[in-house]
Amino acid sequence: MTDISTDILVVGGGAAGLSAASEAASCGARVLVVESDLQLGGQLVKQTHKFFGSKDEYAGTRGYKIAGILLDEIEECGRGVEVLTNATVTGYYAEDKTFTVMRGEDSYSRIKARRAIIATGASERLIPFPNNDLPGVYGAGAVQTLMNVYGVTPGRRVLMVGAGNIGLIVSYQLMQAGVEVAAVVEAMPRIGGYWVHAAKIRRLGVPILLKHSIKEALGGRVVEGAVITELDDKFNPTGQERSVDCDVICLAVGLSPTTEILSHAGCKMRYVPELCGSVAERDRTMRTSNPDFWSAGDAMGIEEASAAMVEGRIAGLCAANSLGLPAKMEKLDEYWARLDHLRAGEVGEKIRSGIVKVSRGGWEACCNE
Amino acid sequence: MELIAEHPVLDLSYFKRGEKVEFTFDGASMEGFEGAPIAAALHANGVRVYRETPNMRRPRGFFCAIGKCSSCFMVVDGVPNVRTCVTPLEAGMKVETQHGRGHARIAPILPE
Repeated sequence: MTDISTDILVVGGGAAGLSAASEAASCGARVLVVESDLQLGGQLVKQTHKFFGSKDEYAGTRGYKIAGILLDEIEECGRGVEVLTNATVTGYYAEDKTFTVMRGEDSYSRIKARRAIIATGASERLIPFPNNDLPGVYGAGAVQTLMNVYGVTPGRRVLMVGAGNIGLIVSYQLMQAGVEVAAVVEAMPRIGGYWVHAAKIRRLGVPILLKHSIKEALGGRVVEGAVITELDDKFNPTGQERSVDCDVICLAVGLSPTTEILSHAGCKMRYVPELCGSVAERDRTMRTSNPDFWSAGDAMGIEEASAAMVEGRIAGLCAANSLGLPAKMEKLDEYWARLDHLRAGEVGEKIRSGIVKVSRGGWEACCNE
Repeated sequence: MELIAEHPVLDLSYFKRGEKVEFTFDGASMEGFEGAPIAAALHANGVRVYRETPNMRRPRGFFCAIGKCSSCFMVVDGVPNVRTCVTPLEAGMKVETQHGRGHARIAPILPE
């Protein structure tokens, strides 16, 4: 067991974590980024489409190129940012203010950090249906990893479950990789994702079947097909069924924030459906109720990578400031203006209503109650 | 191998493909790219079943690809319960289907 110490520990090297790390390092903090995957970049490295949002968050740039920009920024920090990949933070021991990290499969280290920024992102949801454990039933993120990071063809013909943005985008990415998409099924009576993503796959002739869901996966040892069913207004099967020829069933049925470490640290949590799970209460600086812990990105509520990057910058700036480092706190207003812009209008309404439920004016006020 | 040979957006050099190396799966010789996850190498070789569950003997394979779900546990160089989706492939690795919970070889504790 080895011991590591740092000013600021950033858990997770995706959109939020990388932004937090470079922001904190630019204030003079010593930062350690711990990433469980084999490389940095989180979900951004898997995105071949151009992003929406605003120019400040690289709208019009493809996701994997945004990852490249963030990695260049980390590179420029030099020794200010240390990185551990293939390393998973497994716990936080409040009595010693110590984290444990598993490197690879069997080597452990202890990390002492004065502050922590939790940018652990999200994990994929699973829905119940017979044979949903058969090899060939894959999460959408896993399919993206295979084809867009390692260049491995995930299968011959895919049934996509879910017509939110992820389901639509991954369907298009599958076709880019030369894989056939049999259909997209969506239980809701309307497409959840942006129309432009839906239009791209419709133009290529892929049916998007609304009020439809998967009834069961077929196959002995691996997926050899699926049965899909029409649903009525109460989401019950109507009896209208058909079988689909496929060897992969891709689940794009939503994400849940990954918050175990925030719970370990005793941060006040609250279940907020609009943010897709149990998330930490936070103030304007992305600080949680534990004064040593900040958090940003999908771990604080499921949203777009563009917002995750801004939240990461806020957390990095403010965590560095709390250490007495020369942080330009006037940037906080600018970052909030960017977030407000990203969350404006009808599209951001759900996020805004969720965030209100977990926002605190300031923890000083809270602690004096 | 089941690899993407052309892509309209990504240059093939973008894919994380190290040197081509040999490894074995249940005794059969296979090729994969060094540094890429073992699970991805197996998938490229058409292998989809990575373990069997302890009680129901249900086949399990790739699922989350981020080291969280336990679906892709295999025996690698004699070590059971290796998360093959986040363990990089090395030349000469001996990869085996895991049946049940897996058994660790515990080295005898020798007096110093």
